[in-house]
Amino acid sequence: MRWLSRSYLALVYLLLYVPILVLVVFSFNDSRTGYNWGGFSLRWYESLFSNHAMVQAMWNSLWLALTAATVSTIIGALTALALHRYRFRGKKVLNGMLFVVMMSPEIVLAISLLGLFMLVGLKLGYVSLLLAHVTFCLPFVVITVMARLSGFDERLPEAARDLGASEFTVTRTVLIPVIMPALMAGWLLGFTLSMDDVVVSTFVSGPGYEILPLRIYSMVRVGLKPEVNALGSLLLVFSLVMLMLSQWILSRSKQ
Amino acid sequence: MLQSIKQQPFRAAVLMLVWGWLLFLVLAPNMLVVGASVMTRDPSTFISLPLNLDAYRQLFNPLYLDVFLHSLYMAAMTTLVCLLIGYPFAWALSHVGKRRQTLLIFLLIVPFWTNSLVRTYALKLILATNGLLNSALMSLGVIDEPARLLYTEGAVIIGLVYLLLPFMILPLYSVFEDLRQDVLLASHDLGAGRLATFKNVIVPLTLPGVLAGVMLVLLPAMGLFFVPDILGGSRNLLVGNVIKNQFLDARNWPFGAAASIVLTLTMALLIFAHRLSKRHLGEEGA
Repeated sequence: MRWLSRSYLALVYLLLYVPILVLVVFSFNDSRTGYNWGGFSLRWYESLFSNHAMVQAMWNSLWLALTAATVSTIIGALTALALHRYRFRGKKVLNGMLFVVMMSPEIVLAISLLGLFMLVGLKLGYVSLLLAHVTFCLPFVVITVMARLSGFDERLPEAARDLGASEFTVTRTVLIPVIMPALMAGWLLGFTLSMDDVVVSTFVSGPGYEILPLRIYSMVRVGLKPEVNALGSLLLVFSLVMLMLSQWILSRSKQ
Repeated sequence: MLQSIKQQPFRAAVLMLVWGWLLFLVLAPNMLVVGASVMTRDPSTFISLPLNLDAYRQLFNPLYLDVFLHSLYMAAMTTLVCLLIGYPFAWALSHVGKRRQTLLIFLLIVPFWTNSLVRTYALKLILATNGLLNSALMSLGVIDEPARLLYTEGAVIIGLVYLLLPFMILPLYSVFEDLRQDVLLASHDLGAGRLATFKNVIVPLTLPGVLAGVMLVLLPAMGLFFVPDILGGSRNLLVGNVIKNQFLDARNWPFGAAASIVLTLTMALLIFAHRLSKRHLGEEGA
């Protein structure tokens, strides 16, 4: 029974990881057809970086992810602090809206935002992408920060207040240091979510601001492109580093 | 209100920012979709008056009804396969030693952090006519000619399962973690066999996890339009593809909005069932 369940686990993990391994191995394949092994080569990485539009899309994506993660971390942290500390009317409604964002299918969020941007006449491009990405990252940051705050000694900010600190000072000097690990983890998750999003970006991006996932999307729709293997492998390594960093931050803060 | 701003300017600013963001970018857009679904299609302004239910009627047009039912079928199959793979997997995972469990959970979250488009594309490398799976099967002598795997219904389901399996496993794993050994022992002591224990104890106690998993898999399985675009060809469309086409190509916003409201209602129904099952358990457990 024990070996059976172990080998079952191993089998499922194998199925989950084989396609990823195939992708990485094939990114070093010299053959153009993409199916047969034609020897080791870095040509697809070279062709990736010599493609001007591709490099531009990479920079656009990085900048978008950087700003979206930062804004969503700031707003998400403030939301979590407000939900945790303040009593105000409509708290349940606020919670409900965050829940809706997290649970609703991405495509529903995407069309609702497209509708809004069209209605107010916002030109689709960097700003519309930023607003959309911040919105779908927000609940993840809130949850991460709330989890950190749940075990927090409430008497600490109370004491600071009694000693005459303003609410802003309490937040800056007492609360922010406490939630710092959660902020970093939330930022990393937001960054990754933004870098990987296809569904929402398909709707709210404009012709002037091309981002990486959409470029990949237009490439893979027609046949096989060996450059995508190289690009995918790079993105994979990148996400892995981000994830390990975030796990390390969270586990270190627990000790 | 004014007084509280003067007394606690920071608190007021925080609440205003948070409320502002959510009202403007969550509530207003969702209201807009509801509104658009009962309006009339307009080539220049996208939507216009008068109000009517044409878009909802159009959902029952046989052409679209077929697409919807086919999409629902593929999503249901995806959910079923995820459940069949994920249920025993979550059980096995909860029986691994604590240290190793952390690593295995980590390996399960990695896909969530990696680009789903790229992973779908990786499947294409494997499933293509002269791809790896066909070559492997042919060299083993299982088949003589390459089988047509890509651009089929099966390929779409495989793609969806591949992307969504972790979302089924994680909630199941958490209910198996909470499943207390003494409950199982009690069932055994009371003379229940393995099958009876499974049917009367394990299944009801893990039901909230099952429903949570179904919720997290079924809905995206109707919306992830890039999966059929890459693996499924033109005949295996999802509701997501219909919504995307209506908004970006056909420019029929009322119809696209109505289709997305159907998705939202499905979500609401599933959340309701999940709540109900949890409350039911809570009452019995107490």
